[in-house]
Amino acid sequence: MTTKFTKDHEWIRVEGDTATVGITKHAAEQLGDVVFVELPDVGKSFSQGDDMAVVESVKAASDVYAPVSGEVIEVNQSIVDAPEGVNDAPEGDGWFVKLKLSDPSQLDGLMDEAAYKEHVANA
Amino acid sequence: MTNETFTGHKALQLEVPLLFEEGSYEKCGIDTPAPSGIKSRLGGHGADEQVNLPAFTEPQAMRHFVRLSQKNYAIDMGIFPLGSCTMKHNPRLNEKMARLPGFADIHPLAPEKTVQGALALIHELQEWLCELTGMPAVAMSPKAGAHGELCGMMAIRAAIEAKGEGKTRTRVLVPESAHGTNPATAAQCGFSVDQLPATEDGRVDLEAMKAKLGPDVAAIMVTNPNTCGLFERDIRAMADAVHEAGGYFYCDGANFNAIVGKARPGDLGVDAMHINLHKTFSTPHGGGGPGSGPTVLSEALRPFAPIPAIVKEGDTYRIIEEETGDFAKSFGRMVAFHGQMGMFVRALSYMLSHGADGLKKVGEDSVLNANYVRVRLAEEMTQGYPGLCMHEALFSDKWLKDTGIGTLDFAKAMIDEGFHPMTMYFPLVVSGAMLIEPTETESKQSLDEFCDSLLALARAAKAGETERFKNAPRFAPRGRLDETRAARKPVLRWTPPNPEAMAAE
Repeated sequence: MTTKFTKDHEWIRVEGDTATVGITKHAAEQLGDVVFVELPDVGKSFSQGDDMAVVESVKAASDVYAPVSGEVIEVNQSIVDAPEGVNDAPEGDGWFVKLKLSDPSQLDGLMDEAAYKEHVANA
Repeated sequence: MTNETFTGHKALQLEVPLLFEEGSYEKCGIDTPAPSGIKSRLGGHGADEQVNLPAFTEPQAMRHFVRLSQKNYAIDMGIFPLGSCTMKHNPRLNEKMARLPGFADIHPLAPEKTVQGALALIHELQEWLCELTGMPAVAMSPKAGAHGELCGMMAIRAAIEAKGEGKTRTRVLVPESAHGTNPATAAQCGFSVDQLPATEDGRVDLEAMKAKLGPDVAAIMVTNPNTCGLFERDIRAMADAVHEAGGYFYCDGANFNAIVGKARPGDLGVDAMHINLHKTFSTPHGGGGPGSGPTVLSEALRPFAPIPAIVKEGDTYRIIEEETGDFAKSFGRMVAFHGQMGMFVRALSYMLSHGADGLKKVGEDSVLNANYVRVRLAEEMTQGYPGLCMHEALFSDKWLKDTGIGTLDFAKAMIDEGFHPMTMYFPLVVSGAMLIEPTETESKQSLDEFCDSLLALARAAKAGETERFKNAPRFAPRGRLDETRAARKPVLRWTPPNPEAMAAE
């Protein structure tokens, strides 16, 4: 099980050919209190970098991008019903979607935890 | 001693219950005897229960709304520094002119020959707008800024379709600092949106833009001066590059106030630009009154302009209502009638009372005032980008770092000082943005009071007086709202406190 990060502050935890995607703790802190989440339909496919979900806080609305290409196999309805779940555990129960990866080699282009920490520190 | 009063009122700050709480449900203004000897012709569709709307006497209703109106903040009360909004004074002469019965009491369907004066006014305003922007044509009917954008982008789409490129030119380039309406308008017109990055100094990155150009690019949409209050110095080169690639140049004219009388968008290579009459030409801002967004068009887009249009033939003014003759290629009609007549009168009244030289002074003074604010506040606050600004000064929240106080807290504390806060968290390219547009309306005295107050607040924030900010506003009729709860669990419907008692009546 490996976790990778994007420069747009998404995390992706890979288990076999499926992966869980969410936004990082840093992203959740920057957004402030999340008040609305829109998730894609199960079965929809995305290419890497596509707009996949929307997250809205009291401060701003942002797109969440697909960190890698894949098909949505599950979404986290609990954060749609109670968006505070994103702030409570952004890198845990506040996950957004589960993807079936179509090109696992794309993971190599993402950051590991140490590189992401440096990315945040330099932002 | 208690701070509470028996009534809940605090001297001149009067509490106002909801209409539903205050009104009477069983009484109405007029008692009429129940009709007799009449058979209902509603076939069983008559009302079978009360609609339960509260009723009032005239003085009750008057007091309700006057009390509410006293809770407003307005440009007529004090400085309204909302960036990107150009909240300037609306001279009362405009209002007097707009109320003249020859303008105010006419009907849009009145025969042309009975409203020649009104049509002449619209025509004269068209000429002023074309002259000020250096453009050959203007569509007067759009009802506000975003509607004007839609007009411009629909003209661009029509021009592209006329060249047979409707299927291939589908991408629109929009800078990341743009007003949100720009990408929304492009998407509404069926284009995909591609974001343009900014340079270190807050302008569109010309080289990055050129790299994104191609045969599928329909247009670029650029605001000038941009939302960071900076003049896009490469604007001519951007226009040339997009034209060379076969695309069009839409300019967002929201910030025209900074350059009115000084620079003409037509000379900068613009193909379409909306003009917010309700900003640049003083009429009340949307929310305080109707907007009006005439859109100027270049020679290339002129044939596709919407109808209706006002033209002059000899000494007579006519309304073009059909897509024939010069308007055969028109993209059609956006509104039922001719646009916001009241706003046209106000805008022309403003132009004529200022004259060409006065309008130039408007642009100059708005830039001077913004730079005065910028330099004075830079003593304690950090500028979004270094150097001179145009009509608005942008600050980031870097100077608040480690104070535990954010842009929102600072803005709320400004309310306690008697100011409307500036625009916050926009543009998105600067962290915790504070965008201040004083406009030329403010005197040096008023700017100094504003700057002195903000500097005092800034020093208090740095000195650790956190409570003053976290609890602000302390003196407003209502304290800090829980924005998170309001968004997550909004209460959208009033329910009677005691429903059974009401039902029994």
